[in-house]
Amino acid sequence: MATITMLEAIRQALFEEMDRDPTVVALGEDIGVYGGAFKVTEGLLAKFGRERVIDAPISETAIVGAACGMSYLGLRPVVEMQFIDFIACCFNQVTNFLAKSHYRWGAPVPMVLRGPSGGGVHGGPFHSANPEMYFVHTPGLKVVYPSTAYDAKGLLKSAIRDNNPVLFFEHKFLYRRIKEEIPAGDYSVPLGKAAVRREGDDLTIISYAAMAHTSLEAAEQLSKEGIDAEVIDLRTLLPLDRDTILASVKKTNKLLIVHEDTRTGGIAGEIAAIVCEGAFEDLDGPIVRVTALDTPVPYAPPLEDRFLPNTEKVVAAARELAKY
Amino acid sequence: MSRPLTREQQIELYYFMQLNRQLEERMVRLFRQNKIVGGLYSSLGQEAVSVGSAYALEPRDWLAPMIRNIGALLVKGFKPRDIFTQHMAKFTSPTLGKDGTSHFGDLKVRHTVSPISMLGDLIPVMTGVAMAGRYLGQNIVTLTWIGDGGSSTGAFHEGLNFAAVQRAPFVLILENNQWAYSTPVSRQVPLKNLADRGRAYGITSKTVDGNDVLAVYNATKDAVDDCRAGKGPVLIEVKTMRMKGHAQHDPAEYVPKEMFEHWKARDPVTLYEKYLTENKVWDAKKKSEIDARIERELDVEQKFAEESPSPPPELAERGVYCDGCHSIEADWKRPKEEVMPPKSSIAAAWTLEHFGGLEGEIPGAKEVAAAGNEGKRAASLEKQPPKPAAKTAAAKAEPKTDVDEAAVLRVPFGRGPKDKAFVREARDNPRNNPRDKRRRR
Repeated sequence: MATITMLEAIRQALFEEMDRDPTVVALGEDIGVYGGAFKVTEGLLAKFGRERVIDAPISETAIVGAACGMSYLGLRPVVEMQFIDFIACCFNQVTNFLAKSHYRWGAPVPMVLRGPSGGGVHGGPFHSANPEMYFVHTPGLKVVYPSTAYDAKGLLKSAIRDNNPVLFFEHKFLYRRIKEEIPAGDYSVPLGKAAVRREGDDLTIISYAAMAHTSLEAAEQLSKEGIDAEVIDLRTLLPLDRDTILASVKKTNKLLIVHEDTRTGGIAGEIAAIVCEGAFEDLDGPIVRVTALDTPVPYAPPLEDRFLPNTEKVVAAARELAKY
Repeated sequence: MSRPLTREQQIELYYFMQLNRQLEERMVRLFRQNKIVGGLYSSLGQEAVSVGSAYALEPRDWLAPMIRNIGALLVKGFKPRDIFTQHMAKFTSPTLGKDGTSHFGDLKVRHTVSPISMLGDLIPVMTGVAMAGRYLGQNIVTLTWIGDGGSSTGAFHEGLNFAAVQRAPFVLILENNQWAYSTPVSRQVPLKNLADRGRAYGITSKTVDGNDVLAVYNATKDAVDDCRAGKGPVLIEVKTMRMKGHAQHDPAEYVPKEMFEHWKARDPVTLYEKYLTENKVWDAKKKSEIDARIERELDVEQKFAEESPSPPPELAERGVYCDGCHSIEADWKRPKEEVMPPKSSIAAAWTLEHFGGLEGEIPGAKEVAAAGNEGKRAASLEKQPPKPAAKTAAAKAEPKTDVDEAAVLRVPFGRGPKDKAFVREARDNPRNNPRDKRRRR
């Protein structure tokens, strides 16, 4: 058991998968000699060579399109977006080429598109985004967003081995801030399964990525006030683990959803609809959302602090919900 | 130069062009009978482009059609029933009715990638197929088409640039049919020859007569051979004419009548028939035999399509994800060990062919100088920022001659024209002195 950061866990998954399977190749901007903007791919080129670790031009459409073409010949490309915000540059390839390929003509696209996402690091409007919901709304894609080092490694392995295009979001705030003991050797975490991070009876908090940690902190504070919150970490947003969501709401009868994505069209709305369809009779209070504001991600620290959800906001919302 | 085609091959080219044309004429009739579900796009007048270029490929090679490349699909081994059933949205179609027109493919046998309606996206995708083929040691070439209109998309340029920098064995046929829907090419691209698009990326580019099937074949065959020899990618502009509207609904009244007449006199099928007759490749009997065969085949294929069922509604819910329904296996034609450590391991550093700058270092700069621009060049040289003095430490550490011409040097942060020591080093370096022969090794 070694204690490693989430970033190291992701790197380990890449190394181990490329070592295991010669069809796994990596493409991206500055991923080779430089080792990636966040150094996730550091050492990959030295070990696996230029044929498997491809430094590409600044050309997201070309990179993702080429990776798709490679996957048609049975390769399993892992593409890095330098920042996930830039996935907007290849939106068409992702939503029209990759996502629809298997449905339209039975051609699987076994590839992973991964990159640093999320705010809290004062990256401003173009280096802080959480664009996951554009893709959760796209049938044919899978969307993964881990919150722990253990999950990041296990989910990335599952994503690489999956026969579908998987978008793998890596919250850059968590890259080096969380450390965890990880078992040696190969393991994977299945896609599409949420994790119950804390069991509780009074209300359910559903979250993912960095906000899963915020929600856990809030749950600890709430427990001092006698409110026993259950915390669910979604881990995969598409496909969504409806069973775990509904089982928890049926137990606690109250639901608070926390996400760092903006409010309108965020996954909270979808979860609320699922709960209304599947557990309406079990609800003892309104479904409550704590989310980022409906604005671009602002740059200045006081503005970004205002924009983002935090422990205090979650505690306050949970406190109100518990009153029902 | 490419090898001349045999008599049988020359006749087969006619067969595919005529099959393409007769198939589409039948589909026009089906469209008028409301048997075609969506739009119908005609490749009338462009048959030589699809057939001539696809004919230059080997079975192991990959292509991806555009909407007007029905002929290429036929050459690649798809049956007319595939085209009929696709357009009629039948359950027997290659996509089971999930998509229409030429939007289908085959990964296993006919090595064909399905297009999407967004133009240009196939260029990076087919670049990737070419790269993967090279990686797996398959020695394949990939080919796709793009219209004059599609050559203005970002995906076209991003894809072509990536193909060029990767030296991908990829052939792009730029099918200049003069019109992008209702807009003439002159209002889309300020170039006389769209092949210049390729030259901008430093790749071999040429323009040929798209209504001459042998010219298209020969140019493509050369390009395919070059690609297979590692000299790709290649762009071929074929000049042709879209003889109908964008689709059936469009009468194309915006096209001057004289323009249609001009191109009608250059009809690719008629021109080729004349060629075959004048060169005594065939006689009238042979032609009527082939035409009759085409009619017989199309009767059977059309009947099959018309009698095919529509897909069951519940099919709509199936197949979004591959849940093990397909096995994914790469066809390795080289030892896997070559791409696995320790064999794959290298020093992670760039090897640079030149440090940038103007004379003698950028390909083409020499030609400018030779054209009598000596004075100007000298003057402008002084204004250039100084060149880095030597290879970086990282570059020195590179043990292999792993050539990476496309790589660009990173000037160390904070070093530049204002850094006096840096400028001095650059000036004293013999490599930066135009009169020092040592600078070119």
